Amino acid sequence: MPMDVTHTKRDIILRRTRELGLTVIVVFAFTTVILLLAGAPPLDAYYHIMKGSLGSWVKLGHVLKAWIPLTLCACGLLFTFRIGLWNIGVEGQVMMGAVCTTFVLRFGTDGHAPLLYLTLACAAGVVGGAVWALVAGFLKTKGGIHEIFAGLGLNFVAQAIILWLIFGPWKRPGIASMSGTEMFPRDLWLAYMPHMRASPVALACAIAAIIATALMLRYTRVGLYLKALGSNERAAHMFDLRPRFYMLVAMICAGGFAGLAGSVQVAGVYHRLIPAISSNYGYLALLVVMLANYNVWISPAVAFFFACLNVGSIQLPMMLQLDSSLSGVIQGALVLAALAVHAWHVRTRRMAERADYD
Amino acid sequence: MLLELHNIHKHYGAVKANNGVTLTIRPGTIHGVLGENGAGKSTLMKVLSGFVTKTAGTILIDDNVAEYATPAEAQRRGIGMLYQEPLDYVELTVLENFMIGQTRGLKNEMHDFRERFHSLVAHFNFTLEADEMVKRLTVGERQQLEILRLLSCGIEILILDEPTTGITDDQKASLFRALKQLAAEGKSVILVSHKLQDAEALCDAVTVLRDGVVTGSMDTPYDATTLLAMMFGTPPSSPARAPADYGEEILRLENVSAPGGRTGLSQCRVAVRQGEMIGLAGLEGSGQGVFLRLAGGIAPPATGTIELCGKAVHGRDHHVFKKAGVVFLPTSRLEEGLMPDLSITEHFALQDRSRGVVVRWQAALETARLKIKKFRVRGTPDSVVESLSGGNQQRLLLSLLSKESILLLLEQPTRGLDVESALWVWQHLHKYCLRKTAVVFSSSDIEEIFMVADRILVFFDGRIVQDVRKQDTTISDLARAIAGKV
Repeated sequence: MPMDVTHTKRDIILRRTRELGLTVIVVFAFTTVILLLAGAPPLDAYYHIMKGSLGSWVKLGHVLKAWIPLTLCACGLLFTFRIGLWNIGVEGQVMMGAVCTTFVLRFGTDGHAPLLYLTLACAAGVVGGAVWALVAGFLKTKGGIHEIFAGLGLNFVAQAIILWLIFGPWKRPGIASMSGTEMFPRDLWLAYMPHMRASPVALACAIAAIIATALMLRYTRVGLYLKALGSNERAAHMFDLRPRFYMLVAMICAGGFAGLAGSVQVAGVYHRLIPAISSNYGYLALLVVMLANYNVWISPAVAFFFACLNVGSIQLPMMLQLDSSLSGVIQGALVLAALAVHAWHVRTRRMAERADYD
Repeated sequence: MLLELHNIHKHYGAVKANNGVTLTIRPGTIHGVLGENGAGKSTLMKVLSGFVTKTAGTILIDDNVAEYATPAEAQRRGIGMLYQEPLDYVELTVLENFMIGQTRGLKNEMHDFRERFHSLVAHFNFTLEADEMVKRLTVGERQQLEILRLLSCGIEILILDEPTTGITDDQKASLFRALKQLAAEGKSVILVSHKLQDAEALCDAVTVLRDGVVTGSMDTPYDATTLLAMMFGTPPSSPARAPADYGEEILRLENVSAPGGRTGLSQCRVAVRQGEMIGLAGLEGSGQGVFLRLAGGIAPPATGTIELCGKAVHGRDHHVFKKAGVVFLPTSRLEEGLMPDLSITEHFALQDRSRGVVVRWQAALETARLKIKKFRVRGTPDSVVESLSGGNQQRLLLSLLSKESILLLLEQPTRGLDVESALWVWQHLHKYCLRKTAVVFSSSDIEEIFMVADRILVFFDGRIVQDVRKQDTTISDLARAIAGKV
C-alpha cells in the first residue's frame, strides 16, 4: 500500500530531477515552435543568446550585473516562501532599499570618507527594504490583508516615491530628467573588476547571501520554524510556535536582502537613482525561486540562466530581426511549464492512491 | 413512490461502511434509520442520494432499477436529501436560493418563482421571507428553505440526516408538522437519527443499522429496550475494577458555554482530578470537541470560568495552558497536529526547547531513533510524516508528548487505527494515569469507552447529560443517555 511506503529524501530528489528534465524538454519544445513560427532558425537564436551573454568578458560582466541583484532577491524570497508567504512586494522592497541608499550617499558627496558612506549606504538599503517589507507584514498580521495585495499596492507606492524624489527634492540642477538624479562622484562608486563592469564587492555580497541563507535555513531554529509553519500553521500550537511573529521575521529577511539588491543597483550599477532602479528584478526573482523549486543552491543557477537570457537576447534584434522580448517569453514559459509538469505529477500520484481506495 | 434497496454495499478499501443493506420504504410513510456513530447510516443515505456511488447492490424505484451517479441525477428521479450542514448560498436571498438549479434559459422567471415560493410557504405554515439574506436565517429556517426547494424540484422521497441537531424546539415542532404533512400527501420521508425520542414521535417504521448491516426493523409502537439492543448490541459483562486513587483537582469548568460545531456547548460544569481516565461519549459533534478545546485553551469560553489547579485561565492565551502542562491532541492528525512535509527527526528538533540559535540535529536524530524504537513507529527518522500510515502518525504524535503533562486531552485517539495500534494506545495512556496525569478522551465507540474509562461523560445536543463512574453504570444505560433517553 502506497501510504505505508516511507518516502526518503532521496526518493524526493529523484522525483524532482525527473520533473525538471521533463520541464526543460517541454519548454525548449515550446520555444522552438515559437521561433519557427516567427521564421527564425531556433539553433541560431540559441547560439546568439549564448554568445551574447557568455561570449566575452564584457558580456559576462553584464550577466553578473544582472545576476547579483537577482540572486540577492531570490535569497530573501526563500525565507518568505518557506513560511508560505507570497512576497510580491519584493519589487518595492528593492526600490526602497535604493531610495535609502541614495539618501545616505547624497550626504557623502563632499569627498570625505567615501568608504564609510558606502558602507552606511548599503546598511541603509538593507534597513529600508526590511522596513518596507515590515509594512506589508504588519498589514497581514494585524490587518489580515493578504500579502499579495499589500505587497503589490506598496510596490506602486514605492515607484511613486521614487518618481517624486527624482522630479522633486532630488532633481538634477537645471532640468529634472527621466534619466534620474545626479550621478554620484566617482569615489562613491563601487569599484569595478578589470575587464568586467561589475563590482567584486557586490559579487561577494551575493555569494555571502547564498551561503548565509543556506546556513540559516538548514541549521538555525528560525529556519526550522519557518519550514514548520509553512507546512502546517494550524499545528503551531503543538510546538508552541507563534506564526505571526515568524511571518514578520521572514518578511524582514526578504526585505533586507531585497534592499541590499537596491543598494547594489544604486551604488554599483547606475550610480544614481533612476525610475527603473529595480529593473523588475524582484518579480523575476519570484520566477527564479519557483523554478528552482525553492532550493537555495539551484536558485543562483537558475538566476544565472535567466540573467544570460536577458543579456543574450539583446543580440536578437540585431542578428535575427527578432524582438529581445523573446527572453521574457522563454522565462515565463519555463515557469508555467514547471508548474504544469509538477501539477501533472501530483495529480497522477493522487489518482494512483485513490485507486487503491475505491 | 416505492423505494427498495437490495443488498447495498459501499466499501472504502478494506472498510465496509455498508455491508449488504436491504430495506423497503413505502410511499406515504416516515421511515427512520437508526444507529450509533459509524453504523453506516450516513453512508447509506449518501449512496441513496447520489452523493457517492455504491460498490454493489440495486436500488429499485417503483419496481424499476434506478442507476444514478450524482445528486442531480438522483433529484431528477425524485430523491432529495437535506444534509446536516445546510448547502445553501449565504450571500443570496431566500428566493434566489429557492430558484437555484431550476431556472432555464435567459428569461427572468423570478415572478413565477415568487408565487410558487409563497404558496409553498403558506402550505406548510413556515415563516420565511422571500427577500431575506440567507446568512441571517437560523439553522431551522435554512432547513425549511431547503425542504421547499427540494419539493419545488419535484422530489418524492425526502431524506433528512440528523435534522434536529442544533435547532430550537419550535422549529423542531414546525419541522415535524411539515414532515407529517408530506407523508400524508403521499411522499416518503427517511429520517436518519440517533435520537430515539424523535424516531418514536415521528416514524411509522424504523430500521436499525449496526456495523454496516441491518440488525432489525420495527413498526410503531416501539419498545425502546429492543431498539437500543439492536443499535448497541448486547453488552459484554464489564470486568470489575477497583476504584482508583485520585489526586487533587486539576481542572474545573463552571457554567461554561461556547460556540463550535453544530451544537456548541452550554452550561458545562465539570471537575477533573489527577489520575482520572475520562471518556466523552455521545454522537460526534454534540459538544465533545468544544469541551476538549476549551479545556486545552485552544478556544475561549463565551461565558463561565475555567480553572487550572486553582488558577483562573479562561480567556488566556493557550501558551498558559501549555506551560501548565495541558496538552490537546486533535483528531485530524495531519491537519492540526503534525507538519506533513517535515520528517520525524525534524519534528523532534521542533520539540527541543533548549536555548540557542542553531538546531541540535544530532540530538534530534538520536531522539527520533529512540522514540521510533520505543513507540514502534513504522518509519525511519528521515520519513516524511505525510507518508506514514494513520496508526503510525498517532504513535508519533503520542511520542511527542512530554512525560510531565498534567492533563491530556485527546480527540478520537484511536480513530482509523487497527486493533493492535488501538490497544497499544490505551496501554500507553494508562501509564500516564498511573503517573497521576489525567486523561480525557472522546470516542464514537461506546464499547471502547466502557472498556477503558473510569468515568464517562455523555454529551447530547451540546450538554452533558450524564456524568458517572463506570462501576455505577452499564452500556445499556449509556446507550440510553446517548440516544437522549435519560
